[in-house]
Amino acid sequence: MHAHPDFLAHFDAALRGGPLPAGLTARDAAEVERRFAVYRNNVAVSLTEALATRFPVIRRLVGAEYFAPLARLYAEADRPKSPVLAEWGAGFAGFLDGFAPLSAYPYLGDVARIEYARGRAFHAADASPVDPARLAAADPGRVRLVLHPSVALLGLTHPAVSVWARNQPGGETLPLAAGPQTALILRDAAFQVPVQAIGPGDAALLRAVLAGACLSDAAAAAQRAEPGHDPQPLLVTLMRAGAMTDATE
Amino acid sequence: MTALPPHLPGLGFKPDHFAAIRAGAPGIGFFEVHAENYMGAGGLPHAQLAAIRADHALSVHGVGLSIGGARGLDRDHLARLRQLCDRYQPESFSEHLAWSSHGAEYLNDLLPLPYTEETLQLVCDHVGQVQEVLGRRMLLENPATYLCFAQSTIPETDFLTEVAHRTGCGLLLDVNNVFVSCTNHGTDPRRWLAGFPLHLVGEIHLGGHDTEDLPSGPLLIDSHGAPVADPVWTLYAEVIARAGPLPTLIEWDNDLPEWPVLAAEAARAARILATGGAGLARAS
Repeated sequence: MHAHPDFLAHFDAALRGGPLPAGLTARDAAEVERRFAVYRNNVAVSLTEALATRFPVIRRLVGAEYFAPLARLYAEADRPKSPVLAEWGAGFAGFLDGFAPLSAYPYLGDVARIEYARGRAFHAADASPVDPARLAAADPGRVRLVLHPSVALLGLTHPAVSVWARNQPGGETLPLAAGPQTALILRDAAFQVPVQAIGPGDAALLRAVLAGACLSDAAAAAQRAEPGHDPQPLLVTLMRAGAMTDATE
Repeated sequence: MTALPPHLPGLGFKPDHFAAIRAGAPGIGFFEVHAENYMGAGGLPHAQLAAIRADHALSVHGVGLSIGGARGLDRDHLARLRQLCDRYQPESFSEHLAWSSHGAEYLNDLLPLPYTEETLQLVCDHVGQVQEVLGRRMLLENPATYLCFAQSTIPETDFLTEVAHRTGCGLLLDVNNVFVSCTNHGTDPRRWLAGFPLHLVGEIHLGGHDTEDLPSGPLLIDSHGAPVADPVWTLYAEVIARAGPLPTLIEWDNDLPEWPVLAAEAARAARILATGGAGLARAS
């Protein structure tokens, strides 16, 4: 007697719009379809809300009325694989890239990449900042910086950092950049997750540090990417955010 | 393991209310969180939960285990739950008599199951597995349902009672769910409650519902987005009059109001707990 797996399969298929499973009953048999619709609606609405929580700027850009059916299409194509909904949406950026009705807005996928990365940074593991004295005493030719688990670099095809920033409270008048951007995302000591566009020198420095290079090699990589690059402002930003968590020699 | 405090009501913890709670939450006996919202590695959610936990009793309420599923529980998810319970040592862990995943996919709703000998055995196996992995007794919650199944051969109260007897788990009585389901199915919530083993209840949930009018009568939808309805308060007072004080949670997850609105709902529950249910039961 193994009826339950079949029951679940039929119920699930019906949630996706298939015929109702056998054996459903209600006070009035004519209302079975209407009652089943409560479950269909709960699944669709709750997943739409979960996606909207994760991608608020995408929702703002396309509008709430467009976002709801868009989220339903995405949920059908890429349902959550875990009850931890904060992990859902890794495929949303790629879905938007390939979504023909929105092809006039090619930056949406990159904005979604930023929002997904911000979510990951928000939930990333905790780590305490390194003692500044230890950093000051370190030999730049040997010291390797360990960055906070939330630190992420995103190479974006479109000026999506500026689009994201213009859709934050008070950001409406910020300039819209042109061309590709690299985003630095991290969680600061107050649990905020700012997004900033960084230049080729900063990006090369961070990539080298994240790959385990010592500080002077990372600075040399930054020079090659951007002659005359000054590493100081980026290092100050990281220090102030508590994003340097260790320095090993 | 200590139990949740029975004399002062609890509230669902929402990050929006963190500052208000830290400023003092008089009369609140415990806070409850959804387990799945605290399964990230770190950051603000854990910082807030650690601060709340330091000052209050805690209930961890799972919504994603899919205990009514057919394929065995998600071992990764169980391991995350174990980690969460180990870290915060909550006074209570509870989950639902429902399914929410199918295959590898999570549906994010508490879906109904027929009550049969087959599903009874499955649910008992799953509850047993949860209790073994977590190393603690869990509470199983009665669902709000919109449909019934011709396949069902066991009344809901008997099903829950039997799960508790076979696995040793406790029960979470959601009084709003009783009212919602019984109204939707044209049955008597007092009869349902008369058949329910109150001595196995470790926690009570009270939440709000929405109402839709169908030709056959009202269809109630468990929304957790409104004040607790008056008939639910009355049923609750009757339960407390019968069973004595029980840990009671006000659930409000959607269209979240300001803190004082929630605190007022908790105060109403506190009055019923303090008077042993007598006052309100008479007034209705």
